[in-house]
Amino acid sequence: MSVAPAEVERPRSADETVPDKPWVTIVWNDPVNLMSYVTYVFEHVFGYPRKKAEKLMLDVHHKGKAVVAVGSREAMEHNVEVLHGYGLWATVRHDK
Amino acid sequence: MEMFRSTKDGGASVWLSAGEATLLRSLVIPVLDLLGEPGEPARARASAGDDLERLFAEAGEAAEGGEADESAEAPRIPDDPVLARLLPDAYQDDPASAGEFRKYTESSLREAKKYFAQTLLDTLPPSGGRVRLTGDQARDWLRTLNDVRLMFGVRLEVTEDFEEQLAGLSPEDPKVAAFEVYGWLGAVQESLVRALAR
Repeated sequence: MSVAPAEVERPRSADETVPDKPWVTIVWNDPVNLMSYVTYVFEHVFGYPRKKAEKLMLDVHHKGKAVVAVGSREAMEHNVEVLHGYGLWATVRHDK
Repeated sequence: MEMFRSTKDGGASVWLSAGEATLLRSLVIPVLDLLGEPGEPARARASAGDDLERLFAEAGEAAEGGEADESAEAPRIPDDPVLARLLPDAYQDDPASAGEFRKYTESSLREAKKYFAQTLLDTLPPSGGRVRLTGDQARDWLRTLNDVRLMFGVRLEVTEDFEEQLAGLSPEDPKVAAFEVYGWLGAVQESLVRALAR
């Protein structure tokens, strides 16, 4: 007989802190970076399909910033290193 | 300038005039100098009489002054605004995390950017001509061109409406030449992105 995972049975209230909340990579808008270049980085470096890469680029452009990845802190920091290598400004944030 | 063309092996090719090659070289060297190790004096630059050179000579001096006091504590974002943009913080509103990240990654980011810039200089014929780049070399050119444009962007305080900024300058303003070079760099980078993003 298998035991159901504890999370399934545990009741959750609106203000309970969820463990292992993911970290995110945020890319910030910059007046210098070309739209085509930002799209290229999302598509060819991050491997996103072109449409998603374009959408993320437009979100960055119009909203000032966009979440481009979700995951572990280490993975998000690695993303930021790569993005800074390409001259995009990116930061890591603990998702709330 | 001829547009970049993609090549069969996933690289790119372009023909640059002697003037374009000289200009590009003169713009990449200041970036390489800025990225030098903290406290290292910037290398001597050519022709001090040129307005553009003077504009970026200030960047080199500021970088030297700002980097000398790096302590054993978590390092801070560089004082020089161009370097700060090339080596930005990885955490907002969290100086401790930003400092930790910088402590472990800044030097390899500097080295990477220096490597990209050196690749461009090494593959750029001094008197121009046909340039043939492998995929890796083309991506290094792309990243260096972007770093050069970021340097211009910071120095000229470029905004989203850079065309309007340029139009608003009086014709004798030395910044006009800088804005025009910035525009040219954008066209070069755009052309390279198109060649690589097949």
